[in-house]
Amino acid sequence: MDILQQISEQIDLGDDEKVYELTATAIEQKIPVKRILEEGLLDGMNIVGKKFKEHDIFLPEVLMAAKAMNAGMELIKPLLLSGNIPMKAKVVLGTVRGDLHDIGKNLVGVMLKGAGFEVIDLGNDVSPEKFIETAKREGAQFIGMSTLLTTTMPVMKEVIELLRIENLEGKIKTLVGGAAVSKSYAEEIGATAYCYDGSNAVEYLNSVI
Amino acid sequence: MKAVLDRIKQGEILVCDGAMGSLLMDRAKEHLKGTCPESINLSHPEIIREIAALYIQAGADIIETNTFGGSPLKLASYSLDDKTEEINRAAILAVKNASSKNIYICASIGPSGKLLKPFGDTEPKEIYESFYRQIKVLVDAGADIISIETMTDLNEASLAVEATRNISSSIPVIVSMTYESTSRGFFTMMGTRIEVASKRLEDSGVDVIGSNCGNGIENLVLIAQEHRKHTQLPLMIQANAGIPELREGVTVYPESPEFMAEKCNGLISIGVSIIGGCCGTTPAHIRAIRNVVDQRGKKLLKT
Ligand code: B1M
Repeated sequence: MDILQQISEQIDLGDDEKVYELTATAIEQKIPVKRILEEGLLDGMNIVGKKFKEHDIFLPEVLMAAKAMNAGMELIKPLLLSGNIPMKAKVVLGTVRGDLHDIGKNLVGVMLKGAGFEVIDLGNDVSPEKFIETAKREGAQFIGMSTLLTTTMPVMKEVIELLRIENLEGKIKTLVGGAAVSKSYAEEIGATAYCYDGSNAVEYLNSVI
Repeated sequence: MKAVLDRIKQGEILVCDGAMGSLLMDRAKEHLKGTCPESINLSHPEIIREIAALYIQAGADIIETNTFGGSPLKLASYSLDDKTEEINRAAILAVKNASSKNIYICASIGPSGKLLKPFGDTEPKEIYESFYRQIKVLVDAGADIISIETMTDLNEASLAVEATRNISSSIPVIVSMTYESTSRGFFTMMGTRIEVASKRLEDSGVDVIGSNCGNGIENLVLIAQEHRKHTQLPLMIQANAGIPELREGVTVYPESPEFMAEKCNGLISIGVSIIGGCCGTTPAHIRAIRNVVDQRGKKLLKT
């Protein structure tokens, strides 16, 4: 089995030590970082994501897989950053106030970084003010918001309204996603784009910059 | 007042209250900005008292305290952990002062919000100590029942049971789990089946097993049925008023009091001992459930 496949398999098994070792070996073998990320780490997470959706596995397995992916990411991150490709655009990313779900948001962050975007991750439970202050301070062109709870969806609307009040609508674009959000809800609140997963978010960003 | 477990053993069905959160939002929206619902116990106890009184008027025998997120681990995210004692004590007092009627004060204990190692980064000891500190205050202040609810991780629930038992060997303990409906049946978020939960909770020495949240009444009838197959312990069921929908920016719970109450007949047939409501239910829901329980309960006692 090729080493990238092995990385993917060990992510599925949730073995962070093996993923760390295999990633280190892959880097030594001069396999391009982008391939290690996409065909190894993210491929593993995709498999895990599919199994999770089909209820073949549950949260413990997903969390172990995410830990394993992070072990590999640790090695890759500096290389992604030092790559000679200039960063394409800045994205302020976070899960909205009142919501602590961050597994999906983290995955989206990894995919965006992997695709060459600079991601400022504010974590979870992020207030509308914090999203906007950070975007202004950092000169970010995009704010990415995630939420999985029906009850916290209106916070996304607050952010968009605050941008309007501050005359930043259009200057700072908003991406929304997460299990509770739909395309029609994104349209209703006036978000710039709805993205159903990380690669969709990458596709969207690549199409507008 | 007769002990709650004795009344259950004699076949009585007890009614518990409904949601706290939505009533609190209506009355204390501006006080809730940037803080947690439990802080209202200290800042505006009269609101908590009023909500408890509404549920008592609606016919609830058991009133839950506003302490779901009152463990120091939870309160810490609002920098209120050093107020754990005051907040939990005030919650008991608010229910005590709500009415002169005899009701049972049921202390609500929600998840710690942390994930245990190895999946998360929290040691069992940390979660145990957090539960212990909260439950100790609640028991000392006069709770009649401890309800460890909305649990998805059996290990976490067991830590709360252990903490309770180390504080009091006699106080009735309820553990209520939250299940998701999947194509392969009901599971908690952590992947636990009803059968497994029933067995483990029985072994851990709880007095009542239950399920709350996550589902509307119809799924909770199915969950109760499944529980009944695997345990002889009394059951407690608190359904949401359906799954929340967002209509024009407002969260709406779709199940009406009449709809839920009618379906509670299913719970009574299964032999559920305590029936209440979770997210989205109101005093009107509890009144409707009270009526159904009274009608059916009388029949059951006769036969
Ligand atoms: C910016 O652009 C973008 C673009 C795309 C974006 C994006 C942003 N963000 C996400 N995406 C998209 O890309 C990702 C990759 O494909 C995807 O991300 P997702 O996040 O959707 O997918 C992840 C990869 C995997 N999915 C997940 O990680 C979520 C899984 C489930 C099981 C889940 C989890 C894990 C948790 N939970 Co919670 N949880 C559930 C979930 C039920 C389920 N089976 O899905 C859900 C979301 N939870 C729910 C609830 C109710 C709760 N949870 C709670 C707590 C938790 C845990 C802490 C235990 C844990 C979170 C751990 C963590 N660190 O994230 C509580 C809330 C706490 C809070 N304030 O946030 C609590 C309220 C339970 C309680 N009563 O205490 C339900 C929400 C119901 C609703 N619609 O409102 C729920 C659907 C379960 C259920 N069936 O009831 C896409 O959506």
